Amino acid sequence: MSAWLIGAALVVPALGAALVALVGWLTPEDPKTGGNNAREAVTVLASVLTFGLVGGQILPVVWSGRRPSWTVFEVIPNVPLAFEIEPLGMLFALVASALWIPTSLYAFGYMRGHHEKNQTRFFVCFAAAIFAALGIAFSANLFTLFLFYELLTFSTYPLVTHEGTEKAMKAGRVYLGILVFTSVTFLLFAVIWTYQLTGTTDFTPGGILAGSVSPGQATLLLALFAFGTGKAALMPFHRWLPNAMVAPTPVSALLHAVAVVKAGVFTVLKIVVYVFGLDFLTTTGASQWLCWVAAFTLLSSSVIALTKDNLKARLAYSTVSQLSYIVLGAALATSAGALGGGLHIAMHAMGKITLFFCAGSIIVFAHKTKVSEMDGLGRRMPLTMAAFFLGSMSIIGLPPMGGSWSKWYLALGAADAGQPIFVGVLMVSSLLSIGYLMPVVGRAFFLPPKPWTDDHGHHHAAQTERREGDWLCTGPLCLTAAGCALLFFYGSGVRDLLLPMVEVAQLAEVLP
Amino acid sequence: MAGGAEIEVVHRTLSDHLPVLAVVLPLVAAPVCVLLRKPALVRPFAIMVAWATLGISVSLLSTALGSGPIDYHVGGWAPPVGIAYRIDVVNAWVLVIVTAIASVTFPFGEGHENLDLDPSRVHLYYATLLLCLCGLLGMAATGDAFNIFVFLEVSSLSSYALIALGHKRQALRAAYSYLVMGTIGGTFFLIGVGLLFQSTGTLNIVDLSERVQPLLGSRTVVAAFAFLLVGLGIKLAIFPLHQWLPNAYTYAPAKVSAFLAATATKVGVYVLLRVLFGIFGVAFVFHTLRLEVLLLPMSLLAMFAGSLAAIAQTDIKRLLAYSSIAQIGYMTLGISFANIDGLTGSVLHLFNHALMKGGLFLVVACVNARIGSSRVQDFAGLGRAMPLTMAAFVLGGLSLIGVPATVGFVSKWYLVIGALERGWPVVALLILLSSLLAVVYVWRVLEVIYFKERPADAPEVCEVGWRMLAPTWILIGAAVYFGLRAELSSMVAIEAAKTLIGSVP
Repeated sequence: MSAWLIGAALVVPALGAALVALVGWLTPEDPKTGGNNAREAVTVLASVLTFGLVGGQILPVVWSGRRPSWTVFEVIPNVPLAFEIEPLGMLFALVASALWIPTSLYAFGYMRGHHEKNQTRFFVCFAAAIFAALGIAFSANLFTLFLFYELLTFSTYPLVTHEGTEKAMKAGRVYLGILVFTSVTFLLFAVIWTYQLTGTTDFTPGGILAGSVSPGQATLLLALFAFGTGKAALMPFHRWLPNAMVAPTPVSALLHAVAVVKAGVFTVLKIVVYVFGLDFLTTTGASQWLCWVAAFTLLSSSVIALTKDNLKARLAYSTVSQLSYIVLGAALATSAGALGGGLHIAMHAMGKITLFFCAGSIIVFAHKTKVSEMDGLGRRMPLTMAAFFLGSMSIIGLPPMGGSWSKWYLALGAADAGQPIFVGVLMVSSLLSIGYLMPVVGRAFFLPPKPWTDDHGHHHAAQTERREGDWLCTGPLCLTAAGCALLFFYGSGVRDLLLPMVEVAQLAEVLP
Repeated sequence: MAGGAEIEVVHRTLSDHLPVLAVVLPLVAAPVCVLLRKPALVRPFAIMVAWATLGISVSLLSTALGSGPIDYHVGGWAPPVGIAYRIDVVNAWVLVIVTAIASVTFPFGEGHENLDLDPSRVHLYYATLLLCLCGLLGMAATGDAFNIFVFLEVSSLSSYALIALGHKRQALRAAYSYLVMGTIGGTFFLIGVGLLFQSTGTLNIVDLSERVQPLLGSRTVVAAFAFLLVGLGIKLAIFPLHQWLPNAYTYAPAKVSAFLAATATKVGVYVLLRVLFGIFGVAFVFHTLRLEVLLLPMSLLAMFAGSLAAIAQTDIKRLLAYSSIAQIGYMTLGISFANIDGLTGSVLHLFNHALMKGGLFLVVACVNARIGSSRVQDFAGLGRAMPLTMAAFVLGGLSLIGVPATVGFVSKWYLVIGALERGWPVVALLILLSSLLAVVYVWRVLEVIYFKERPADAPEVCEVGWRMLAPTWILIGAAVYFGLRAELSSMVAIEAAKTLIGSVP
């Protein structure tokens, strides 16, 4: 039964990718916009069905405390291709599949509005990336995780280079270069080393390394894992993410704010909890250095974000910073920290996807890319900018937005670990995020519109009349903005889902 | 005694003769091809022979796995006098690899298309191909050191002829320089065998391994070892004895390159394994002579220099040829670890590399049939024009890189574990780093294929037919299948590695 469920949830997006390719090949595109309703229908169907399976069928099973699992076959003796859904993977799968639906709708509006070429390839790779993300979420061992991790890299490469321009190709090389370099030299090395030391790569509650490695080896292994997961964008391996912003905005929204980067921090968190074990890390202190690296990344990328005038670049650096919150949560090696990290996967995803949706709408329908051009934009696109405001609040961590919960638990985790300095780091970073997000909102609502020159050198008069983007774009972004608020009120549900990941007894003492 | 031998002969059934049949069948079929003459007859006949040898090899492998090594005495003459064939897991595995590649590459295409062959000479091409197959199978099957030399020459001479078939003038030069190098290699090998015979008085490998043990300190034996090593090093293109290989693979017809790249060097590696582990033994080679001091740096150099050279190439066949040098480096690297995991990686990579490199050369052959070129820049825009062929290239390229779910990953897995077991984490890291170079040379081509437009004045190109696509996709599909279901191939490779390590006490 559970094998069937996992198989179905994986097959649907994979089959969706194949069907999109087939339908896109058989039926003609609209010559003007490049759209194709039949092809788009397949994407919608696949995304709805995937979410239905993950949210409607698998979630209740995991919620009830069971762990659906499926061992497909042994790839190498003792190393099977196997899936098992535990709470953290459940949450990640839920986030990725739920946000695929609004992103698909948004992508139709965006790609048509932008008259993009090669839309079939775009939607095929998109579905393939979701397939890979679900594979990562469900993986039961390091090998399976690594397999889908690489699949995600290669399936998103054509999305980053979608424009086919020299700039896009260059960004694609950086993207592939950093992600493949880190994963092959560090991550794969760590995976094989772990296997050689312990004879297994299975994710096990409490970890598998205790007793097999010395504290020194554990520190080294953790470094290999943390830096090997290039998708977590720890400095100095973060440069691929700002580079990837040349991709069409739906890609930045779902993949480079949700699926790909969350796959990275998910991997780090999962490895910390299920390969090292929180207790093992606490007793050996092997993750202490990682806290500092995460804190440094967190603060410095916030500062860089302040300096960026291009909105997408600013959001990208904000993502780098927010990802390190999650790595910090893992590195603190306390229950509350890990829980906060897990919560932040969902909270940041909802907030950041909203911001990217808004950024994309602004590019396509107002032809603006720079923050300095956004004066008075609130009068032209009030809904979009309101959504931007709500998303920003969630990223900053202000109630009544979901982001406040994850920051709360992260701070709690830092306090638990007896390292109040990291509470301070989190607060400073929150202030910085106000600094780089709120000016956008302020300019949009409080400054009068002014004329500007866009990237192509066209001069535009000040936009004064009210004109939102296409409903296919505005609808999804309002939806996700509302989601940020909903996550505040249902935050406890997400927490309860994640609770079994960490020792319940230990948490009972610290939770209110 | 004589009567007993007679009875033994009388009661033998056809299946008892399988070890020698695998070799004799293509040997006999070659002249038959010459007699048949007509391409329409010769082609199916050669294909049937290749398929028959595959069937024989598979049955030999399953016997060797199930009930241990098979000893066969040619003509019923016992070893000291006659020639013995000894099929264990290791060479049965090599037989399967060679015959499988032959079975897939022989039917590729229409037979003579993209070879520029006069139809009246197609039969000679197939006769040569079969002779080459015979030589390779003979090297793998025989248990007699001199016999190895004989088949080495059979396969080499026929491959010179095959390479010279290439339709560029440089093909003749490439074949000639391979002839010179190959002959030097063959001669070195022969001198090595001669020295061994002089000190032990036997040519049978099993006898050799026993009789050579007390003589291991003697200069003659050490000299024999050196001659054998260098001779084989040339044949299997160990860095820096590889100079003949890039030209040979570049100028040979792509289909021939596919066959040779996937088989010839593999059999060379097999013979090296047999000499190192089957005759001299781990203790002598790695503890007394400390061969790893030489083999390890050479392998690493091959991996990095080969890949770096591949990055610089403008012709895809040459790129693949340099990549082969790097991949042979992986195989010898695993040997230098001298442990089960390392050897498993090497033996596995024989098979894995045969699949991916054979498949990739067939892709080039497909492209060659359409645009008559194998230059990287001429691949521009083919992603749209030949989607199926280019998808095969993508998968083959990913396999060269060693992405999980392809065979390249499985080989790398065992090699890295072998290095860690040996206590060489830096070597493990270097293995992984070298695969990044593969990313560079594969991606250079992929960017051209998918992101460059075909020049406006270039003629229209369409996808090749199924006769070309099917063999290509069988190899590439196998490269993915055995990357996901590596249980079978790794089980055989582990058995083979155990056999090799344990073959000389």
